[in-house]
Amino acid sequence: MKELRYDAVVIGAGAAGMAAALEIETAGFSCAIVEREDQLGGILLQCIHNGFGLHEFSEELTGPEFAERFADKVAASRIAIYLGTTVVSISAGDGANGQGAAGSGTFKELVCVSPDHGVLRLSCRAVVLAMGCRERNRGNVRIPGARPAGVFTAGLAQRLVNIEGYVPGKEIVVIGSGDIGLIMARRMSWIGCKVKAVVEIMPYPSGLTRNIVQCLHDFGIPLHLSCQTTNVFGRDRVEGIEVTPMENGALIPEKAFRIDCDTVLLSVGLVPENELSKEAGVELNATTNGPIVDSTLMTNVDGVFACGNVLHVHDLVDWVAEESRLAGRRAAEWLKGERPAVQLRVKAGSNVRYANPGRLDPKRDNKVYMRSLVVKNDAMVELKADNRLVRQIKKGHVQPSEMITLSVGPKELEGLGPDSVLELSIV
Amino acid sequence: MTTPSFIEKLNPALNGASADFDVAIVGCGVSGANIARRLSAYKLRVAVLEKETDVSFGTSKANSGIVHGGFHHNRKYLKARLEIQGALMFDRLKRELDFPFRRCGILVAAMHEDEMKAVEHLYLQGVENGVIGIEMCSRERILELEPKLASDTVGGLYAPGGGIVEPYRFVFALVESAMRNGVAFFTDFKLSTAAWDNAAMRWKLAGVDGRTVRARYAVNAAGLFADEVSALFGAEKFEIKARKGEYYLLDRLTKARPDRVVFPVPTAVSKGMLVIPTVEGTVLVGPTADASDDKTDLSTTAARLEQILDSGRKMIPSLSRNDVITSFAGLRPCLEEDFYIEPSRKAPALVQVAGIQSPGLTASPAIGEYVKDLLKGIGLELTEKPDWDPLCERKARARELSPYELDELIARDPAWGNVVCRCENVSEAEIVEAVRLGHRTLDGVKYFTRAQMGRCQGGFCTYKIIKIIMRETGLSWEGVTKHGGSSRVLEGEL
Repeated sequence: MKELRYDAVVIGAGAAGMAAALEIETAGFSCAIVEREDQLGGILLQCIHNGFGLHEFSEELTGPEFAERFADKVAASRIAIYLGTTVVSISAGDGANGQGAAGSGTFKELVCVSPDHGVLRLSCRAVVLAMGCRERNRGNVRIPGARPAGVFTAGLAQRLVNIEGYVPGKEIVVIGSGDIGLIMARRMSWIGCKVKAVVEIMPYPSGLTRNIVQCLHDFGIPLHLSCQTTNVFGRDRVEGIEVTPMENGALIPEKAFRIDCDTVLLSVGLVPENELSKEAGVELNATTNGPIVDSTLMTNVDGVFACGNVLHVHDLVDWVAEESRLAGRRAAEWLKGERPAVQLRVKAGSNVRYANPGRLDPKRDNKVYMRSLVVKNDAMVELKADNRLVRQIKKGHVQPSEMITLSVGPKELEGLGPDSVLELSIV
Repeated sequence: MTTPSFIEKLNPALNGASADFDVAIVGCGVSGANIARRLSAYKLRVAVLEKETDVSFGTSKANSGIVHGGFHHNRKYLKARLEIQGALMFDRLKRELDFPFRRCGILVAAMHEDEMKAVEHLYLQGVENGVIGIEMCSRERILELEPKLASDTVGGLYAPGGGIVEPYRFVFALVESAMRNGVAFFTDFKLSTAAWDNAAMRWKLAGVDGRTVRARYAVNAAGLFADEVSALFGAEKFEIKARKGEYYLLDRLTKARPDRVVFPVPTAVSKGMLVIPTVEGTVLVGPTADASDDKTDLSTTAARLEQILDSGRKMIPSLSRNDVITSFAGLRPCLEEDFYIEPSRKAPALVQVAGIQSPGLTASPAIGEYVKDLLKGIGLELTEKPDWDPLCERKARARELSPYELDELIARDPAWGNVVCRCENVSEAEIVEAVRLGHRTLDGVKYFTRAQMGRCQGGFCTYKIIKIIMRETGLSWEGVTKHGGSSRVLEGEL
């Protein structure tokens, strides 16, 4: 059994993992990146549509192009790359169980398996969690009915079409209006399939506005809002679904209608994939399903950092890259023994679903990522410290599907002590 | 570590003498598989005819997976006697066949004082049935045995010998053992006619696809369709009614996983909805019990699923809908109150095995013995094979191995290092083994390996499994199905 030692190990080689690893390596630490697939890039590789990189590179790239920019740098660096390698467990040494007691000298151990290396034990001082997220499935949203072939998550269908070259079905209904579902509605139309409808349980779409326009409106695909899928028909293969409209949150069974189709694609949300984290003693936030992190994006387990979609599900990969660079830099500082002197707690106030990270460092520039609970025009995002307004930004439009970011620095946070509480709200 | 490849042994060519058997068993659920495996110990030529594309695809795939405690039924019933006998046979079968089974114990939790009367009745019935270690529990005792129970539990019953089993893996192991000992298995063999040739003293059984086997004796173990099969044999007229049971499956990381199977106090109709810690670490809650007019309807309903969580929470309040991975339904084949296992009085050389609802899985090893004796009673000569091999090789599972063991396996076959299913930690080598053993559908691979059975429900691994099935079988994309028939997974190529 091979045993190797690094200053830091990054789990996952999507945009998050690559961005974090590059920062750690640049800071002069030895770093390994462990990726279960055979290529660097993560889920971006199957996202062959464009629209990536507008913030990061000020140009419009496809997913594989975006990934390639990072992958080329990683390949040219001294980062040790383990492809086709799956981490099966992380033991966080003495720092586990929420005590955070271990110093930066304590080694964590990752057990990994791979066809090339067999079982690998990687020990390291810092771990960056960058495993991304998974799609919620039919069981998670409890869609009743028959269980025939022809029900796919949108991401699986995307993989089948874009990489494997197979057509999962001909007459499609998309359940849920998440971005992958919208992108797949357009993709399936392009390959000659009939996309009969997108069915969304909420009164507003859960994907980006630009995707509603470019993927549904441009193809004449109807979007049924406030509608629940209440049955799936078909024994061997899907034959149709039953859709029941909702009014004021209640189903109206007499208005139920059937849509015939042979395929159902599910785009009903993403969940950060934190099973490994949990086993390592990392505490999760019940709203984001991601780790609770401080201003350095460090979890409750000392030396274990998290970034990208495993921390919270982002809408744009540009934010993932930005957040993950920060995680990489902070992990490198932690390896040098630097610790923030004071951290201020951030609370989600009115109309805010969550704000990440949950702590800010008053001595530095911070970037807060937040999600709105409401759809609102001409909104104000306000940050209050001990009930005093310290920062305010104007937003022409906010909605739950779009991430809001807010920068806040030493100027606004000057004079605040460890007992101060920051509160973010949307008014 | 090599497992003999059975894929070419499935569905052997049928011509002339090769189609001639001593016994043909119709149906390869847990009853048919136990009968076949039992008969494989004798110098007999045995065939099993299964209408589905894989074995254990009917009632045996979707049930509670319980080895019952032996206290639910009175000994006057055949099903109770077979249950008690069958339950005792599982330890030896596990040693021989290596399938997931554990005696975790069974609790019946009473939530009201007036339910304790029924508990006492169950206890006395258990004592009469000879249940070892059965115990009436006070509130303190039952909460000590299962701290996750609601604090208002008033008491209950404990049967330490009750257990949990993965039913499809049990059937797969029985089939593998029977196959090693010469039993011929035919899948996608849907019986269309059964004709008794009086001169040859044989049944001639034809499938809808034209395949024909001849057999001196026949066993009807056709589960939900035993009535239709009985009619094809010109035997007794009866009607199997389907009773649907819906279940929820919860993630293995749920905080609500009990250590033992938890039953409510049963009603006149059913044993009620249970909370079951499965052998493989997940949690099952269910089943409901609703008459169904359609023997192929495995759909679930919103109303019933709500009811399942509500009932489960009365006993274990920490059950959360957030832990739900999936829901599914199974159909019980109901006939009368008791099992119907007898030689036919109308058709010659036929044994009926019908109405095998709960506790059928528990009773199934004893059903194998019982049917063997019934066949002997109607003239089948039983001579033991000196070379009968009761053992199946232990199958390695990546998730159960130590890092050192796994490292050694990967050195020999790198496919052990390729984790195909991340949620249940299943390697490519295990998927390949499933396919080589004849499980060529997505569901078959799922039941054999657990890949697609975890929290992502195949979101990440389905395309990988499709590719492995195609590679190992030479099937094109058109031949890959979810569960055989017209359940094709893909509809085209780009």
